[in-house]
Parts: sequence; C-alpha cells; structure tokens
Amino acid sequence: MGYTPLNLPSNVITTRVDAVLNWGRANSIWYMLFGLACCGIELMQTGGPRADLDRFGSVFRSTPRQSDLMIVAGTVTYKMAERVRRLYEQMAEPRYVIAMGSCANCGGWLQKSYAVVKGVDLIVPVDLYLPGCPPRPESLTEGILELQKKIRRENFITK
Amino acid sequence: MTAEEIYRHGLERIPAGTLGELAAEAVQPWVTVTPASLLDVLTVFRDDPALAFECLDCLTVTDIMDEGQMEVVYHLYSYKHQHLFVVKSRTGRDEPQVPSVTGLWPAADWYEREQYDMFGVRFTGHPNLTRLFLPDEWVGHPMRLDWKEGETALGIPTSRPDPLVKKDAEAGGGADA
Repeated sequence: MGYTPLNLPSNVITTRVDAVLNWGRANSIWYMLFGLACCGIELMQTGGPRADLDRFGSVFRSTPRQSDLMIVAGTVTYKMAERVRRLYEQMAEPRYVIAMGSCANCGGWLQKSYAVVKGVDLIVPVDLYLPGCPPRPESLTEGILELQKKIRRENFITK
Repeated sequence: MTAEEIYRHGLERIPAGTLGELAAEAVQPWVTVTPASLLDVLTVFRDDPALAFECLDCLTVTDIMDEGQMEVVYHLYSYKHQHLFVVKSRTGRDEPQVPSVTGLWPAADWYEREQYDMFGVRFTGHPNLTRLFLPDEWVGHPMRLDWKEGETALGIPTSRPDPLVKKDAEAGGGADA
C-alpha cells in the first residue's frame, strides 16, 4: 500500500500498524443478539440471506464476551435497563453500541410511558443512532458501514 | 342462565342484604358486594352446582378518584353452563384492601399481583403479594390517577432535552446567520 524503501517482492506491502488493526476490527464486527421488541425482527432480517450482514464480517454472537457491538434493537424498559448496562459492561473493549430505532434513540412513541427508558444513551454510551420505526435492514446495513468508517479512523498505537 | 336468573339464584343462597342491586341494563350485568362479604359470595358462586363459576376470567381494578374509591372487578365464567357474571367490590382509595381470592381460584395469584403492582390494592391473604411487571425497587403505582412521574426512575433520568428547542447560547447566535 505504502512507500517501499527496499526492493521488496511484489507480494509484500508496507502499512501502518493502526491501519492493519483497524482493517481487521472493522471487518469483523461481531454483534450481540439483543432484540428487545419489533426492531429485533428487522435485526434478524439483516442477519438473514437478503441483507446478509455476514458479507461485512458481522456475525451474531449470543454472549457479550465474544461481542464487539451491541445493537440495542427495541424498547428498553426500566426493568431491562439494568440488564442492558450489565451486558454492556461484560463486553470486552473496544466495544460499540448502536441504538436502533426510535425507541432506543429517545423512547419513541412510548416515551410517555411510565416504564420506558427515554433513550438508551441515558444508560450506556451510544456510537450510532439509527432512526426509523423500525429501521429497514438496508438502514441497519448502512449503520454497520458507518460504524466501520468510524473504526477505521481510530488510532491505538499512534495517539 | 341469564344474569337475571343468576342474580335471583344467588339471592336465595346468600344472606339477605349482602348482594347489591343488579345492574341489569349493562352489557355484562354486575352486582356490588362489600369487601367483607366478598369471599362468602364468591364461594357460593363457585361451588353452587347451578352457577358453577369455575373460572375467574378476569380481575381488574378501576380507580375512581372523584369518589375516593377503588373498584375491584371480578369477571366470572362457567364452562359448564356457558354463562358469565360480574361482581364488583369497592374499597377506600387511600388504603385499598380486599381479601384475596387465590384460595378459590389459583389463577387469581398473578392477577392480584398485577393489580397490586399497578394500583397498590392490597389483597389480604395472598401468598406472595409482590410486584409482577415493574422492578421491585419501583416507587408508586403508575395506574393510579394521581401518580406522577418523578425526575428519575431507578436512578435514570425520566426526561431528555428536546432537540427542537434551541439552547440559549445557540439561540443568541442566530439561526439565520
């Protein structure tokens, strides 16, 4: 990719360590199964053959220990909030959160309910907000691509 | 049996003055019973072979704030005779308390827990009267008409800034510029 000061064979490239790390991380975003309401159905659709998140290296995990990304898909109630927080803390860093759908963004049309959290960003830090009620699989796919861009911009070695 | 027949049949078997007037014109006719005699009345309704209300279809509560009362509503159904009847019982709103019917219908267990959760009605004699839906640490009973949402719930803020309302600093800068 980069400048080659030596006479290297053509199958050798030079690059930055951060770029390699980010290339690997951005193309293996494993997301945790976290369907809480109707957005969960769209989340399943996105993992299915038509939208096919697998082609971006994203596969679902059923445990937070193996996950990089938590897609909060659906309405978060106060009873669930404690679990959301705990699952988030169980994920290994670096970790990302997508708030999928209006309910996870701000409570949506259930915002006036006594039992609904007014946005998941009140509990955990959110990297990406997806509008929609619920967002279509195309929208979530674009969200993953945007998250990949965000990951590629990050620096770990060079601060 | 029609509601009228159920009512007259009940009158013969229940001590006089216990059953209130029958609201016969209602879609689902009902009678009112005091909480003190509720268990006796419902026991007759369940065990009498001609009535045989073996199913507690539904148990709900109405908050009648204007009159300072809570109304507990029992929908009874008989699979044997295919008939339905409604019994209502009123209790004070400040400390609502009615006897539990879990001894008559085990299905009442979760119904009563739900009503306790939402309205704060205490069902005396219930084996485990804890909240059913809301977290245990929840304060208040949200279906009561005078319930107000606090600033926080379980340590989480219950409001968020309106994105359409500009902050003071931004408004001063001028959106037209």
